[in-house]
Amino acid sequence: MPLLTVDELTVTFGGRGRTPSTAVDGVSFTVDQGQVVGLVGESGCGKSVTSLALMGLLPSKGVAIGGRADFEGEDLLALSPKRIRDMRGSQLAMIFQDPLSSLNPVVPIGVQVTEILQRHRGMKGEAARKEAAHLLDRVGIPDPTRRLKEYPHQLSGGMRQRALIAMAVACAPRLLIADEPTTALDVTIQAQILELLKELVDEEGTALLMITHDLGVVAGLCDQVNVLYAGRAVESADRRELFAHPTHPYAHGLLGSIPRLDAPRGEPLSPIRGSINDKIAWADGCAFAPRCDHYTMGCLTGTPELTAPRTEGHLVRCVNPVLPQNSAEDSDGAEDSDGAEDSDGAEDAEKEVPA
Amino acid sequence: MSLLELDDVKVHFPVKKGVLFDRTVGHVYAVDGISLSVSAGQTYGLVGESGCGKTTLGRAVLRLVDITDGEVVFDGTDLAKLPEEEMRRFRRRLQMVFQDPLGSLNPRQNIESILSEGMAAHGIGANQEERREKIKAILTRVGLPANALSRYPHEFSGGQRQRIGIARALVLEPDVIICDEPVSALDVSIQAQVINLLEELQEQLGLTYLVIAHDLAVVRHISDVIGVMYLGSLVEEAPSDALYASPRHPYTKALMSAVPVPDPDIEDRRERILLRGDLPSPADPPAGCRFHTRCPWAQPGKCATERPGLTDLGDGHKVACHFAKEIEDGTVQRGDES
Repeated sequence: MPLLTVDELTVTFGGRGRTPSTAVDGVSFTVDQGQVVGLVGESGCGKSVTSLALMGLLPSKGVAIGGRADFEGEDLLALSPKRIRDMRGSQLAMIFQDPLSSLNPVVPIGVQVTEILQRHRGMKGEAARKEAAHLLDRVGIPDPTRRLKEYPHQLSGGMRQRALIAMAVACAPRLLIADEPTTALDVTIQAQILELLKELVDEEGTALLMITHDLGVVAGLCDQVNVLYAGRAVESADRRELFAHPTHPYAHGLLGSIPRLDAPRGEPLSPIRGSINDKIAWADGCAFAPRCDHYTMGCLTGTPELTAPRTEGHLVRCVNPVLPQNSAEDSDGAEDSDGAEDSDGAEDAEKEVPA
Repeated sequence: MSLLELDDVKVHFPVKKGVLFDRTVGHVYAVDGISLSVSAGQTYGLVGESGCGKTTLGRAVLRLVDITDGEVVFDGTDLAKLPEEEMRRFRRRLQMVFQDPLGSLNPRQNIESILSEGMAAHGIGANQEERREKIKAILTRVGLPANALSRYPHEFSGGQRQRIGIARALVLEPDVIICDEPVSALDVSIQAQVINLLEELQEQLGLTYLVIAHDLAVVRHISDVIGVMYLGSLVEEAPSDALYASPRHPYTKALMSAVPVPDPDIEDRRERILLRGDLPSPADPPAGCRFHTRCPWAQPGKCATERPGLTDLGDGHKVACHFAKEIEDGTVQRGDES
């Protein structure tokens, strides 16, 4: 039984007199105990709003939240403000992208860390300070007792992110949500932080929901990957399966448009045309259709369903998925992919599959 | 033939203190002795992490910051010593594309006004009519609709704004374009569009690029030669493929091993060289080799006292490390393994 089950989460912004805008449009995914699950997508795909909704951090006015998020028998989206306050920091914790603006600039690091220990673990005075120093040490901050007295601006970017991670793991949460935790950092520091997150997951058995735009980070860290586009999951698979056989044209295009350190040079990249602004509502069809090379009229007849055209557990929301030529012989894949057969786009799709 | 040649360029910013009288209490050694040369029609990529001085170096080439010492020779002229007015005229031939496409476009000017301002200043085109025709041609070339002329920067998406930034450089018919993090503010799918555009333009117009970026994969994709910077100096310079195939400087090795690759098999197999600690302050750089405080291969003695210069290992592969050869041969071991 999964630790967290998100079912058809929708978030719509827009108060009175404003045109509503849907940021998250029916996202569903699960996170198992001790598992690292990635939510990947570009800006505007709804990945951050999803995490804020789960943490109960969206404003109560002007936002309509729908769907369910079951976490250990409770629906996170329906909790009272008091109950979610108790959960936040103890069972659920979050690491944000920008460590400087998530820390209070006029309060020493030590006070900010002990605050959590006091609130959730009832620790006081010397005991709390000792535990805080231990936590900083745990996340690899040298000379923790001195650092406790320092202010956020005195720490480097990597140190600040470590301090935030220390605060997040202070109460051994069951689920840790990391929203672009390394985007603001340099690549050598990013490597340190990713290593630390991996270690925490392995040793503490914490489940990690990793939100990122960087497919490289996902490849190294996540067990299960969900690719989001315009507020909906378009592909969901085990990371090996996803990177070996990206099947949704968006995921496929995304992987084709990244320059890679290990690829031969000199070949032009194959970008996805247009931008995220060229989308249609999911209710009318596939939001990615205007940018898609495999687009057919079939894409405009209502929301495409999640199917498993390739293998069990590899879910794709597309009527013309990118499939290899031999997909008809592929016994378990062919039966599910009824959408691919009746379309002209399937031929184009087959040509583009890398060997 | 090299079109742009930098010789021992230094940019030091004074650190001032005092209420009434500014006393100089020290210097930030942002760029500290960099020599490199960029051939005509080529792309030179500068990589390094934040604070390594790569942006300052790019700005120094255009004299947007004062050069403390050294020469910047462009097409036979030393720009560092040019009077301001002459430098202004030279800037037509050396243009810049900035990182933040919105921040570098005036929100109150429409696209025609933004693009024609530079042309008017440099006397390109006899009248506005002629300039407009030229701008239209350039807009098509960078993939923007002709009706963009009367629109304002906020009406465009990030990728389109970066195209406007590129068009602004192109209308002046430059020889060299300095691209400072041209794609790092853009989404991955848009990044590829802009990278392809830069490559196309280079092919069609014979442009020379100096590309400054922190993303090693992007730099490797577009550059012919790559220079790796650390704390104000070059630690390694090599043709793009050679640098990736066999990085020789410990810092380059660590940098390469830290870049995540979107392939789980490679990610699982790879051995990361994790660097200890953070970048030292450029106001107080370590003595000797600047990297020795974080270097896994640092040796007692020489590394802490003597600053290594760039030495050519053959085939244009230059490295600034006392023990580059020994590390390659395996006679010097990593400190963190034993």
